[in-house]
Amino acid sequence: MTSVAFDEMSGFEGNAPVAVREAYAALKSWLDATPPDQFHTRRSQAELLFRRIGITFAVYGDNDSTERLIPFDIIPRVLTKPEWDFLERGLKQRVTAINAFLKDVYTTQECIKAGIIPEELVYRNAHYRMEMRSIRPPHDLYVHIAGIDIVRTGENDFFVLEDNARTPSGVSYMLENREVMLRLFPDLFSRHRVAPVENYPDALLATLRSLAPTTATRDPTVVLLTPGRYNSAFYEHSFLADKLGVDLVEASDLFTKDDVLYMRTTEGPRRVDVVYRRLDDDFLDPLVFRPDSVLGVPGIMNAYERGNVTLANAVGTGVSDDKAVYSYMPEIVRFFTGEEPILKNVPTHRCREKEALAYVLDNLGSLVVKEVNGSGGYGMLVGPHATKREIEEFGRRIRHAPDGFIAQPTLSLSTCPTFVASGVAPRHVDLRPFVLCGADEIRIVPGGLTRVALKEGSLVVNSSQGGGTKDTWVLDA
Amino acid sequence: MLSRTADSLYWLSRYVERAEFVARILDAAHRLASLPTSYGGGETNEWHSALLSAGGEALFRAHHDAVNADTVGRFLAFSPNNPSSIRSCIETARENARSVRTALTTEMWDTINGAWLELRNYEGRDLSQEEFARFLDWVKSISLTFDGSAYRTMLRNDAYWFTRLGTAIERADNTARILDVKYQILLPASERVGGSLDYFQWTTILREVSAFNAYHWVYRESIKPMLVADLLILNRQMPRSFLNCYGQLVEHLDLIADAYGRRGPSQRLAGNLLARLEGDHIERVFASGLHEFVTAFIDENNRVGEAIATQYLV
Repeated sequence: MTSVAFDEMSGFEGNAPVAVREAYAALKSWLDATPPDQFHTRRSQAELLFRRIGITFAVYGDNDSTERLIPFDIIPRVLTKPEWDFLERGLKQRVTAINAFLKDVYTTQECIKAGIIPEELVYRNAHYRMEMRSIRPPHDLYVHIAGIDIVRTGENDFFVLEDNARTPSGVSYMLENREVMLRLFPDLFSRHRVAPVENYPDALLATLRSLAPTTATRDPTVVLLTPGRYNSAFYEHSFLADKLGVDLVEASDLFTKDDVLYMRTTEGPRRVDVVYRRLDDDFLDPLVFRPDSVLGVPGIMNAYERGNVTLANAVGTGVSDDKAVYSYMPEIVRFFTGEEPILKNVPTHRCREKEALAYVLDNLGSLVVKEVNGSGGYGMLVGPHATKREIEEFGRRIRHAPDGFIAQPTLSLSTCPTFVASGVAPRHVDLRPFVLCGADEIRIVPGGLTRVALKEGSLVVNSSQGGGTKDTWVLDA
Repeated sequence: MLSRTADSLYWLSRYVERAEFVARILDAAHRLASLPTSYGGGETNEWHSALLSAGGEALFRAHHDAVNADTVGRFLAFSPNNPSSIRSCIETARENARSVRTALTTEMWDTINGAWLELRNYEGRDLSQEEFARFLDWVKSISLTFDGSAYRTMLRNDAYWFTRLGTAIERADNTARILDVKYQILLPASERVGGSLDYFQWTTILREVSAFNAYHWVYRESIKPMLVADLLILNRQMPRSFLNCYGQLVEHLDLIADAYGRRGPSQRLAGNLLARLEGDHIERVFASGLHEFVTAFIDENNRVGEAIATQYLV
């Protein structure tokens, strides 16, 4: 497939090429004026900074590099204010709809009765939690922190690729990338009015505090629950806890007594009101979910059910970020908000439907196929870049369990100038903004995490698959 | 603060302190080994003695037959099998630091993380004697930087106090272990042997606790075994003496107790031990048996450590 990608700096190549889009004008003249060896110097300085602060990322199944740096690209990705305003409206609408949908599937199921979504997609969903039928989270909010993956294919074409409504990660990179850019290129910031992102931790803390149970004191105790230092995102957990000024706890630091959650401190037990948990549902409470979980806190679900503690995100939110449910998001947005979706979905073929399955199997070479429950870029097929054997193998897997797969056309993701071995060259990018949903308001810090596929032509941006990151600028002028 | 955080801070500083201690032992052993035989050097016993001071002899025997500069040097500096090797100490310290990043200042984290990164430049290859000496200097500079950054950058709250407790307990234990291994050469009986041989053994002890110059400033006398013992046990000015370590321990335990509004077994035990040290005299220690005194101190120091753990760290 050779469709032309939209380049965020120069517009469409070939197709009446624009020399430079306005948002990138100052950046381009800086790129042109900077001698190439300076990029090398700055990049190694950046790497040193990251290494020193200890930002590392563990890749599962890769023993040699249990602490690897995610490659950081020093050329920022730029969005204009109008582009951002549009995204922001779309994100608020989408997350509002997701919360309404979750409340509905765990209470009255109006959307199922109305035929908006097939009931088996909800009830037989691996992330649907029966326990939530008897639990009403405070303020009826289920998703408090969402990471919505957005791709761009043209000047005005943005698509939601994925809703991450469980424990989205990556926000520490958004913050640290900016920090490093500010240190390395102060002159660039004087030439641009870049909206700050450094208030994210404040916004997150305000969000978490707004969610405290009614039984909590006016100064609720918030903690961040991590699976521990061997988790791939541990750096982020400790980074965020530090910025939030809350304790970073592991399961062994917590216990429940009479359906109240406490942490063990040097001064004895202290009551915990809000848990920002970066631990999957399955591991949360060995008494309710996986009994072999040593990462969880026995009894925490009882405390949750009694309304004595808030879990952020709520349990069972995975039912909304499943890739099969994703394909119904436009209908879900319409049903719950009464508005047309602002952000488009990528057209999705559900292999569970007979006709779609036939189409997918016939066109594997041009489609992107994803596991419904997969994440992190594992177990997906990018048709145009796959070998014949890989395609045949995937075809077999799909035929074996069609319900487990969806397929989408291979989108020509936009590209951004990126510093690679051969110099500055276009590479495909996506964007993950972080949406914070508190009892008082929805907060979105202007920007997000831009992930970049460093391999030429590659569309897979996941850090576990060799992707890198960029600082994301929203121009505030 | 979280008990686990306090625990990690405490062990972090214990391991940093231990790394420096092992480096000093190796440094002193090298110095002794380089002396002519008639001055007490050149024998293999300084390596055996280094091994005894640093601990882990049984473990060493499981991996090596010969006791010499090479085997002991590698075992104490780089062996992953030895939990108290310099390498293991730095790795364990960094693991603890990583799990409590939020409780550390950037400077402290930089020191430990930087040390852990730089360790790779030294391990896994044969170091010349000069390189090895540079390595030991580097280890000492790590603990100095760590200590200095803790002192200069940490808030004076429980996090700081637990860090100090770890250092003090470990120091007391290290000093006591040296005395435990070398008490024979300090005993009055050996004074009769006299001669340069013992002199260099004594100065080795002083070097191991970085007190060679301090001795002269304190006593203004040529080196005498009883005064060496006095310096390491009962001298208030000597940072590594039992008395000074316990002064530190009690001070920081009291600060914690005041902040939390509650005293417990660790304050009582440490307070009693300090009071006894303050009232003691080196002649009495020698009369009642230096070895017995040191062994009893090691036990009591361990009990204080356990009391701190039960009271705060679990």
